[in-house]
Amino acid sequence: MEKDQTSESPHAASDVLIAEKLMVKLEKIMEEHNYQRSALLEVLQKAQEIFGYLDRKVLLLIAEKLHVAPSQVYGAATFYNFFRLRKPGEHIITICMGTACYVKGADKILSTLEQELGIERGKSTPDGRISLFITRCIGACAMAPNVIIDDVVIGKATKEGVIERIRKSAGGEN
Amino acid sequence: MNVLKSFERAVKEFGLEDKCKIARTGCPGTCSAGPVVLVEPGDYFYQSVTPESAQEIVKEHVMRDVPAKRFLYSNPEFFSKQKRLVLRNAGKMDPLNIREYISRGGYTALVKCLTGMSPEDVINEVFKSGLRGRGGAGFQTGQKWKFVSKAPGSPKYIIGNLDEGDPGVFANRTLAEADPHAIIEGMIIASYALKAEKGYLYTRAEYPLAIETLKKAIQQARSLGLIGEKILGTDLNFDLELRLGAGAFIAGEETAILASIEGMRAMPRPRPPYPASSGLWRKPTLIQNVETLANIPLIVLNGGEWFSKIGVPHCPGTKCFSLTGKIRNPGLIEVPMGITLKEVVFDIGGGVPDGRTFKAVLVGGPSGGCLPESQLHLPIDYESLTKAGAIMGSGGIVVLDDESCMVDTAKFFIEFCVDESCGKCTPCRVGLVKVKKVLERIAHGKGVEKDIDLLTKVGEYIKEASLCGLGQTAPNPVLTTVRYFKDEYLAHILNKECPTGKCDMGTRRRS
Repeated sequence: MEKDQTSESPHAASDVLIAEKLMVKLEKIMEEHNYQRSALLEVLQKAQEIFGYLDRKVLLLIAEKLHVAPSQVYGAATFYNFFRLRKPGEHIITICMGTACYVKGADKILSTLEQELGIERGKSTPDGRISLFITRCIGACAMAPNVIIDDVVIGKATKEGVIERIRKSAGGEN
Repeated sequence: MNVLKSFERAVKEFGLEDKCKIARTGCPGTCSAGPVVLVEPGDYFYQSVTPESAQEIVKEHVMRDVPAKRFLYSNPEFFSKQKRLVLRNAGKMDPLNIREYISRGGYTALVKCLTGMSPEDVINEVFKSGLRGRGGAGFQTGQKWKFVSKAPGSPKYIIGNLDEGDPGVFANRTLAEADPHAIIEGMIIASYALKAEKGYLYTRAEYPLAIETLKKAIQQARSLGLIGEKILGTDLNFDLELRLGAGAFIAGEETAILASIEGMRAMPRPRPPYPASSGLWRKPTLIQNVETLANIPLIVLNGGEWFSKIGVPHCPGTKCFSLTGKIRNPGLIEVPMGITLKEVVFDIGGGVPDGRTFKAVLVGGPSGGCLPESQLHLPIDYESLTKAGAIMGSGGIVVLDDESCMVDTAKFFIEFCVDESCGKCTPCRVGLVKVKKVLERIAHGKGVEKDIDLLTKVGEYIKEASLCGLGQTAPNPVLTTVRYFKDEYLAHILNKECPTGKCDMGTRRRS
């Protein structure tokens, strides 16, 4: 299992407080589902919405509350591509690698970004500012190739355009 | 959004508020011509509208009644060869307003069922129509309904499958965003026919707009008494719940979707027992693609016989296709079954742009087949496509031009299927990895001639022995590229060269 991300910031105490509040929020969601086992995927989805990713503590809490073995929770969390077990960067770049995007050169955009950012797909820059992911089709194939920067879909994307956008929104890098 | 605001502003500016109504619609399918605007009456269709041209369109067309010809859609063939049944409302009404759906004849099929048809009548009409499942397998829908109806056990469930995991396909997404109530009405009718009181609509988490639209549509249907208890004052009870996938291609497989709704890894189960007798929580369950469901209200309204005359006799009706890749007019289309691939690619799609030449068309998603020009005369129906080595799948058509290397293309799809294989059965889990390794070897200039036979042999074996549809179709891109583009494989193997320059043959790195 991934190692937990422990931040050593000076605000550690208030961070703990926030984390606790979020845990309460998660508990509430499970309560809404009557702690049903079949709600596992929905709970995992909500948990990722709340925390941004699923760490060991969150997975264990869900296992305990829904009366599901931790292995089953971990199994589901790793089976589906949607779930992240590591803390993503502040900015998330996702490249669609669906068929239409691939045919239109998404692979070249991906390798350019891997070089520019110095990270492989699925990883984050060491300073935690940018993550680079791929996805299998967002269904906007007629606008291929598509790149998503912080939830904004950029259709008919070019290498240059994407790098420019990243500079603007993530600032300062490279 | 800017275009919408510009229209609102222009209408106000010219004092036309009483004369016209500005409405939002779902997508009419012409994705490459967007943003598009439809002006009625007269079906005037404007393309690539900007805030500036919006102003001019209002001034000339709305105020003076003279269509602004220079902004009109330039490619009428895109629509003229289509037949829009499932997409009857796409681009013509506000999907977020249930009253617009009703005013276009929506929910009258449900009323007809509830007031004048017995559940058996409904099943018989569906059976008579000859409608076949649009999710890819092409099973007779009426037959499936009969099985579920006769299966002992209760409660019974209905699942609307909107887990459109095929990369390059967006037909179900567009349908859900443009006409959510057509799907919902189909599900309610099924619930009446099969006496199933609970339904799940399973959609991809990657489709935020579709999710929002469906959520609102379900809410509206509920508030009008079309979902819930005692529907329209009758004894029919039906509850509908939206479920989100989490990014697993396999979850669209009919037994894997069951596992996913039950909150587990989406892994298929061996059949029999079929979901019709033992599905969700081992209860009788109808699983139907949403495109199939959207056909149901039309069949109920117009009769099964009417439907059976559309398309070709063994495969009646229409099919939605996502047309993408190297093609002039990408978008979502709906065509009668039996239309040829050539008509779809060249007449509706406008052929290959940028002065390049057509090489192949991939039909059926990542586990479909790559068909060359010599196969374009094929009519689109389940049997013809399967015979040629492709599949109907969920309706993806991706056009490849002479820049695409067929070995690389096959490798791309196999990589996808290796990633998405759930790992439950050995042929798929191990076999696909073997195929991938051989393809990598060939793509890097290290292949030997007998690799081609090896690919065919292992591919056929995987198809034969796999547990579910994923493994049974995953080798198709490899088998069809070997079958139709053997020369390209031989060029990689014997001459150590990639004719398109796409593959890294191990020579470039040294230079």
